[in-house]
Amino acid sequence: MRITVNGDVMDIEDASTVAGLLALLQIGRERVAVETNMEIVPKASYDSHTLLPGDTIEIVHFVGGGTGDVDETGQ
Amino acid sequence: MRQDSDKLIIGGRAFNSRLMVGTGKYASFQQTAQALEASGAEIITVAVRRINLDRSKESLLDFIDPKRYTLLPNTAGCYTADDAIRTCRLAREAGMSDFVKLEVLGDEKTLFPDNEELLKAAKVLVAEGFTVLPYCSDDVIVCRKLEDIGCAAVMPLGAPIGSGLGIRNPYNIRIILENITIPVIVDAGVGSASDAAIAMELGCSGVLMNTAIAGARDPIAMAEAMKLAVIAGRLSYKAGRIPRKLYATASSPIEGLLG
Repeated sequence: MRITVNGDVMDIEDASTVAGLLALLQIGRERVAVETNMEIVPKASYDSHTLLPGDTIEIVHFVGGGTGDVDETGQ
Repeated sequence: MRQDSDKLIIGGRAFNSRLMVGTGKYASFQQTAQALEASGAEIITVAVRRINLDRSKESLLDFIDPKRYTLLPNTAGCYTADDAIRTCRLAREAGMSDFVKLEVLGDEKTLFPDNEELLKAAKVLVAEGFTVLPYCSDDVIVCRKLEDIGCAAVMPLGAPIGSGLGIRNPYNIRIILENITIPVIVDAGVGSASDAAIAMELGCSGVLMNTAIAGARDPIAMAEAMKLAVIAGRLSYKAGRIPRKLYATASSPIEGLLG
């Protein structure tokens, strides 16, 4: 099925979970937050939350930043 | 030690350092880590952004131990209350802490706060249990409203973000200090160590900076200078300065002068 992750279109297995997607992308779950269709998925639900075709997913983490600006160092 | 009895309390948590630093604009993550170490800061700001799906690249938290520092996620780059609220919710989920540095910017040229949107966002976030530290104008009315909403501190600017102009508004900061009971932390404007000392001598509870350290020729040395300036400024404030006088007062006794 086709989903959008951080603005990129991806094809992944049907009925993948958030946990499955993170594993596929080799992203540890500790220091990230995940949104599907603008709704935050709590960490406790990563294993049970099943993604649907057309879902828009955002995976965010912390980067360097001060007031008003964002670091582009090493990003 | 002297500092132990003078902790900064924010959101029910006690901190020894009154210097907060941002983690942007450094030449490398190694340099970021070294500057943080030299600054003695316990609270560091971070931004929330999309993760790079190419995992070969390193990230900030590979270099900084989040157990050692209190990460203060910011809403840098947000221009509406809704964007800022969304960012704070994501930050809480990513960091498992309620601390957020709320900023809602008015425009890209000045990076001045949009106080209307800021107040709107602060209200929602406080109701959701966040410990909100808002970057705001040097306006006592706005600061009082933020205090009434239940923010943990107010963070008025000393000058535009990244400008290095120093504390351009000492009288406005003083008016805020005299009318607000929550901590007042100057955020933005500091250029050199003396600026940080001035903010502390005014009676501010702390200073937050990024560019002044990261943009210095030697960021690690400047981080240490800022650490010392904040300590010196705080001690000077607590010690109570002499009144300013127009004319001289001799420091040596007049009595016993040779005739």
